Amino acid sequence: MSVTRATLIKDLRLEWRSKDAINSMLFFSLLVVVVFSFSFDPIAEESRRIAGGLIWVAFLFASVVALNQTWARELRNQVLDAYRVSPAPANSLFIAKALGNFIFVCVLEAVMAPLFVVFYNLRALGPAYQLLIVAPLGTWALVVNGTFFAALSIRTRAREIMLPLLLFPISIPAILGMVSATTAILSGENSARFYIVLLAVYDVVFTIACLALFETILHAE
Amino acid sequence: MKKIFPILGIITLALLSYALYEALVAAPTERTMGDVQRIFYYHVPSAWTAFLLFFLNFVASIQYLVRRKPGADRVANWIVLAIAAATCIAAYVVPLPEGVEKSSVATTGIAIAGIYFLIRKLFPGERADILAVVTAEVGVVFCTIVLITGPLWARPVWGIWWAPGDIRLTSTLVLWLIYIAYLMLRKFSSGGNTALIAAVLAVFGALDVPLVYFSIWFFRTQHPQPVIGGGGSIDPRMMQVLLINWLAFMCFAYLVSWSRFRLEVLKRDVEQAQGLQELMETRAR
Amino acid sequence: MNFLYAAYAVTWIIHIGYLTTLVRRYSRLKKEIKELNRSQ
Repeated sequence: MSVTRATLIKDLRLEWRSKDAINSMLFFSLLVVVVFSFSFDPIAEESRRIAGGLIWVAFLFASVVALNQTWARELRNQVLDAYRVSPAPANSLFIAKALGNFIFVCVLEAVMAPLFVVFYNLRALGPAYQLLIVAPLGTWALVVNGTFFAALSIRTRAREIMLPLLLFPISIPAILGMVSATTAILSGENSARFYIVLLAVYDVVFTIACLALFETILHAE
Repeated sequence: MKKIFPILGIITLALLSYALYEALVAAPTERTMGDVQRIFYYHVPSAWTAFLLFFLNFVASIQYLVRRKPGADRVANWIVLAIAAATCIAAYVVPLPEGVEKSSVATTGIAIAGIYFLIRKLFPGERADILAVVTAEVGVVFCTIVLITGPLWARPVWGIWWAPGDIRLTSTLVLWLIYIAYLMLRKFSSGGNTALIAAVLAVFGALDVPLVYFSIWFFRTQHPQPVIGGGGSIDPRMMQVLLINWLAFMCFAYLVSWSRFRLEVLKRDVEQAQGLQELMETRAR
Repeated sequence: MNFLYAAYAVTWIIHIGYLTTLVRRYSRLKKEIKELNRSQ
């Protein structure tokens, strides 16, 4: 537990001090929203139907950019080798990284969401509080698998493209859930409850899978 | 073993030709869809073959993973037996959905366990990894055919190429994407642990498939879509033609997989020899 | 009707295409084996 906290705090502190990754990603997120607002004309009637999809696609691309550098620092300084020989459980490292990414992507979402509301004149016709459940569940779904696949991709050529290549197909049920839930809440036409349950099940299944298999791939040589 | 191959090849060719004749000529014409429905005799067997191949890949990947630790291997054996037993019991105790036969559920459970232990026996050590590559590749070939023949059938009959809520076609698409990613991972992986990370990806893919199915199923109940591929009962004569085609394609898939298997074995031998030669050369210098 | 023939044609084109790649990979490997044997 303390290893997890220590790693997490170290990562956050490094990010806060350098700020280069988060600044570029914030700007990237802003650009994505603007480009989308030019590509998909935000007239009030249709915007509520497609906004759910647009928002999550934007979040998806932003998180891929964030996830790609998950292990970059560790690789540069050969930290992973140190981790392999240390007695610290591999899962602590994974959880720390996943939580770090989660916080990171949540910050990006917190910046992008208001921009979407502004550009698309969004207003939730359904229960808006449910969005606060959908967002973390959906983000965790992307981040937990993303952190794992980022580790899988380390020993491949074309590392940066490998991550989205692996992540997108596996994430399809989660993406369907996030988008449908958000659309349901915004349009108020049907209940998001099933999709929230779907996202929760997805999160549980894949968190367990990642925790069970991370040690295996960390030690793979 | 090599002598059998040409004989099996000829038998398979004969089967395929016969099946083709049955599908195009002998099978009765469908009332509402007409002759285009005959695509069904290629579309469905390809799908079943692809799913079987992907299932074999999943089993081979699990085998590769659990064999790394002897304890895990034993646990996995017991789990598989437990699943088979539970399926058999559930088939007769739990109320089944419409049209599902009790005996077929029980048989499926036993068959799954049988396949698991058969593969365990026939593909020890590294051969499980070779089986994984082979089944993934050949599976993708068959799956590609499913995804092309599906829309080719849908367009003339229902007027649309694709329906996002069509549960079977969309699930197949996701499965195809997962295995393309699997093959790319294998291709781009550098280093000796390719088999391991590929096996891990296969496990993730297998976990994903039921989730994909349910997510699309619920999506469809909220957004009613045309069901491509039709449901409901099949004329027994058509079923016969379908099964003949499936048998023919299974034999064909077997021969293709076998060839690919031999190719992979040869490839690895050559790589090993090349590595050895490089080692000798560096030592000589 | 064209759809029917197209579907059947595509099926066999893909199968034959895959078999062709197998044959090609095989002959390339055979060539490499010859190289290896020669240089030994």
